[in-house]
Amino acid sequence: MDAWILTGVIFLPALGVVAILFIPKERQNAIRITALLASALTFLLSLVMLSAFDRADPDLQLVVRLPWIRVVDWTLEYHLGIDGLSLLLVLLTTFLTPISILSTWSAVQERVKEFMAFFLLLEVGMLGVFLALDLFLFYIFWEFTLVPMYFLIGVWGGERRMYAAMKFFLYTMAGSILMLLAILWLGLSQGTFSLPDLVAAGAIPAGTQFWLFLAFAAAFAIKVPMWPLHSWLPDAHVEAPTAGSVILAGVLLKMGTYGFLRFNLPLFPQASMRLAPWMALLAVIGILYGAAVSFAQRDVKKLVAFSSVSHLGFVMLGLFALNPQGIQGGILQMVNHGLSTGALFLIVGMIYERRHTREIDAFGGIWKVMPVYGALTLVVTLSSMGLPGLNGFVGEFTILLGSFGSAAIGSPWYAGLAAGGVILAAIYMLYMFQKLFLGTLDKPENMNLKDLNLREVLTLAPIVVLIFWIGLYPRPFFELMAPSVDKVVAVLNTAALAMR
Amino acid sequence: MTPSDLMASLPLLIVSAWACLVLLVDLFIPADRKGWTGLLAGVGLLGALAALLLADRGWRQAFGGMILQDGYSGFLQGLFLVTGLLGILVAHDYMRRTRIERGEYYALLLFTVAGMMLMSLAGDLIVVFVAIELLSLPLYVLSGFARPKAESEESAMKYFLLGAFASGFLVYGIALVFGATATTNMGEVVAALRGGGIDSRLMLAGAALILVGLGFKVAAVPFHMWIPDVYHGAPSAVVAFMSVGAKAGGFAALLRVFVAAFPDLAASWGELAMWISALTMTWGNVAAIAQSNIKRMLAYSSIAHAGYILMVLPAAAQARVAPAGISAALFYLLAYLVSNLGAWAVVIAVEKAEGGGLAIEDYAGLARRRPGLALAMALFMLSLTGLPPTVGFIGKFLVFRAALDAGLIWLALVGVLTSLISAYYYLRVVVMMYMRSGDPETRSEGWLNLAVALTAIGTFLLGVLPGPLLSMAARAGLMPLLP
Repeated sequence: MDAWILTGVIFLPALGVVAILFIPKERQNAIRITALLASALTFLLSLVMLSAFDRADPDLQLVVRLPWIRVVDWTLEYHLGIDGLSLLLVLLTTFLTPISILSTWSAVQERVKEFMAFFLLLEVGMLGVFLALDLFLFYIFWEFTLVPMYFLIGVWGGERRMYAAMKFFLYTMAGSILMLLAILWLGLSQGTFSLPDLVAAGAIPAGTQFWLFLAFAAAFAIKVPMWPLHSWLPDAHVEAPTAGSVILAGVLLKMGTYGFLRFNLPLFPQASMRLAPWMALLAVIGILYGAAVSFAQRDVKKLVAFSSVSHLGFVMLGLFALNPQGIQGGILQMVNHGLSTGALFLIVGMIYERRHTREIDAFGGIWKVMPVYGALTLVVTLSSMGLPGLNGFVGEFTILLGSFGSAAIGSPWYAGLAAGGVILAAIYMLYMFQKLFLGTLDKPENMNLKDLNLREVLTLAPIVVLIFWIGLYPRPFFELMAPSVDKVVAVLNTAALAMR
Repeated sequence: MTPSDLMASLPLLIVSAWACLVLLVDLFIPADRKGWTGLLAGVGLLGALAALLLADRGWRQAFGGMILQDGYSGFLQGLFLVTGLLGILVAHDYMRRTRIERGEYYALLLFTVAGMMLMSLAGDLIVVFVAIELLSLPLYVLSGFARPKAESEESAMKYFLLGAFASGFLVYGIALVFGATATTNMGEVVAALRGGGIDSRLMLAGAALILVGLGFKVAAVPFHMWIPDVYHGAPSAVVAFMSVGAKAGGFAALLRVFVAAFPDLAASWGELAMWISALTMTWGNVAAIAQSNIKRMLAYSSIAHAGYILMVLPAAAQARVAPAGISAALFYLLAYLVSNLGAWAVVIAVEKAEGGGLAIEDYAGLARRRPGLALAMALFMLSLTGLPPTVGFIGKFLVFRAALDAGLIWLALVGVLTSLISAYYYLRVVVMMYMRSGDPETRSEGWLNLAVALTAIGTFLLGVLPGPLLSMAARAGLMPLLP
């Protein structure tokens, strides 16, 4: 039983796709319900997975390892497993997917069948990325996520959707093909694609590590996206349909940060140590740049998109602190960003459905007509800017703590500058909130806006609950990841000793 | 000639004899029922395939070393037979629709398949030459099959002139090799080279000319000029068949001759092949971006794919990498067979009788009109780009592996970067089908749909479970000349 849980989690949505293919395309509601059911069942199964997970064990669990393809002297394996690094991200994925599907109920009216099929396929790809332990298998899932997302943006997106879809595809593929070469190189020199085996052997020479680190980083940094490789992100986010944006921000970007954590740090520890200050520098530039650019946006969706660049800068800063606090903060912040930015995109989508515009100046004072909407938005906004008591604060504070005292980064200035990003976040988030909800209700189009209906409240409510939960009592979340994080840090410390 | 000789070449004999039979029987088939000839030809190919699968495929020499039966020839013969079968499927309706349904089409197709099969069996340079002529001559006729359409005639003329020119290079090269080694048998050429005392300038010049001649056949830069015009003008069903078959036939000879017969000159041709490969990948992909006609785009894409397969040649110049390299090339050819022939089948479904429907813009809205067809085309485009989970990805994975294994990092880098370029023009077709609205007219015909379905299933399935065919390709990569 245990051996099949992970396989089930990955491929349950694919069963949903098969079911959808058999429903005639006119029966749109049946298709929507099937998709929702498939993703909800996947979420339930991932909870079963959580209950089978031993939180004290730092190693990979629920492992499946079967030979898959033999190529010359390699055995490519179907190798899955989960540990504290990936657990929360898998749960985040299975949690956000049904919510996103629920959000499309009235927003997606065209070609519903294809939309749901692509959406569930995307979930398969994302879960595969987080669970694969064989480099080849990982690469297949990694590249596979590109295809459904490309269609989601290109078919159901906004005005410039074709340009955005192509840009998204080419940018991401550019990075990942360099990673493919690095994976091949690893396989040729080490004779295996198994990540645990490669980490345990630790036999990659320091000089080679540097180049392999860069090749893997090319794929991951574009996905995160780190400054200066972020320019695909605003286009993709703005043009994508709401559910696509939620998943893009909530999960796809985390594939990049997760990649750094899962592959770059343990596989190339010496290179990670050497490059940590540079990565931290890029992260800090991203934090400040993203925040500054957000402030200049007139389009709410663009504002949220650029705020992602800033928030993921925090995650990267935490990861490359290379100490337990920084990495734990980084992982938690991945989840936080998925929740709060996912919710922000849902919120933007709700108002766009009503008014068909996202210009900040088109609104003002709408709290009066949409109080429930306003209240929920306030919570999410405060969470995103890191108000104590909500989830964002816990993540950012831990990251700053970790990077402040990080030996690998080597200077407290990075953390100091990053803290400035927190203040900037407060400025642009509150500015946005004020422009939308406060002030006088002077635009006639806004007078008759309907407040959220039950379905819309239900899509936001679970996220808000988690925002409070993580903010007030984050310990269970840290406990889930701590042993595995300590294990990664131990690998890094051994490498640091070897370097001296 | 002994029974064992006949056994070694049984599938080839079946196809050749069947071709003559089809030519005869066709005389008795009424002019409005020429589709029957096609089905009859298909039966012959199936019979040959059965003979191939049932036969013992161990290493064996036949006809005094003229013919070599081994895993390499077995794999390639299977590939050619499948190409022929799919070629018949896509031609069946197309010929009637464009009113060029004449029975000799299928006989010529069978002769070409026989030429390709002979190519993979060749153990002697003279047989290589005979095979290349047997492969090419019917193709020249097939390219001009849509006469009196000027485009088709121009295509046939160009193909014939340049093909004859290339054959000239090839036969001159063979003559020089004979001059240097006093033999044309591949095994004896190896022995003569090992024995020493031969004129190495003569030998090198001969090898270079053979490379030029075969380079024409596989469409490697700078010998690719004929491809876009020929592919553009020839009937689409012919191009679907020959873009895969002629290329695979060329590679069958190229790999056998250079890796097995000229291993001692590897330092020279390895270097040359490396540059040709890099140039071919780059030029094919860059030029494809500018095309607005789908036939021309696929023509340049075909040039680019020749470049990827050629990547294994410099890698196989190192004896250590050679078996894995050869099997990578063979698997890549298989990947190219299913994805490229599938793409051409879709082109045929969208093409109109009078020659319209060939611009990439004409694919706008295909996803609404024919969701299955569009999905298959999207799959083929992704596979040609080399994205998982399609067979094209496994193919690229294998050739990049061979290049890296041989230490050719920069060549692999050229490979991945040009793949990125290719994503742009392949995805443009997907953009058209899914993201633009339009109302394309398409044909839905049983045999053609079958061809699309088979190739689409192959493209996906071989991308997920390539195991059995990979191990077959691995055995085929050994390719010894002597027991």
